[in-house]
Amino acid sequence: MTVTAEHIREKLTKDLGAVHVDVEDTTNNRCTTSFKVLVVSPQFQGKPLLQRHRMVNTCLAEEMKEIHAFEQKTLTPEQWDKQNAQ
Amino acid sequence: MNCLFRSTARCLRSGLAVNQLRPAGGRSWVASARLLCSAANLQKDLGEMVKKDKVVVFIKGTPAQPMCGFSNAVVQILRMHGVDDYAAYNVLEDQDLRQGVKEFSNWPTIPQVYLDGEFVGGCDILLQMHQNGDLVEELKKLGIRSALLDAEGESK
Repeated sequence: MTVTAEHIREKLTKDLGAVHVDVEDTTNNRCTTSFKVLVVSPQFQGKPLLQRHRMVNTCLAEEMKEIHAFEQKTLTPEQWDKQNAQ
Repeated sequence: MNCLFRSTARCLRSGLAVNQLRPAGGRSWVASARLLCSAANLQKDLGEMVKKDKVVVFIKGTPAQPMCGFSNAVVQILRMHGVDDYAAYNVLEDQDLRQGVKEFSNWPTIPQVYLDGEFVGGCDILLQMHQNGDLVEELKKLGIRSALLDAEGESK
């Protein structure tokens, strides 16, 4: 299985109800299959960071087997709006 | 390269060895020996390892020589806060540990950070805790005064 940025984006959108997903393929920087994602989902509301990251990890559990390095940022739509307003 | 499901094969190869587990950084004490092949024992050992020190990290390489950018970031963040008395376990020295700690925390990646026996997260989470001030607070709960507080005081 080759994990693509598009595949990750689709899966996070579908499974986590994400309203915005950025996936950056950082493989070239790190020489191994690597991704950096930003996930914006209302499902993160009221959940601590660790739990949010666990949701993403669980969603991508199969893909994680192929991914060496994975960076993530998880925001609620409110946090996302606030960040964009800055 | 991902080593998620290699432990079984590795276990067969290293079945004869009794490994001395010791933290790669912070102090130089030697943890009790354990049989490499016992996955159940490793999980039990990990439970004790993460509680033995207030701050425990599992990284690739050592604090003096991290072998991965993310592990290096964790080491540098702790350094910024003046935390030098912590236990660092090098997962590259022990493939069973590398796999076992992922199962222990149900977290797929290294580095992993534990405060007071509690799994905190990986590099991203520690970095965000550093940025939003939570890390200073968490360290305070452990009786560790972040060096950043003193640095702020001096600059005022």
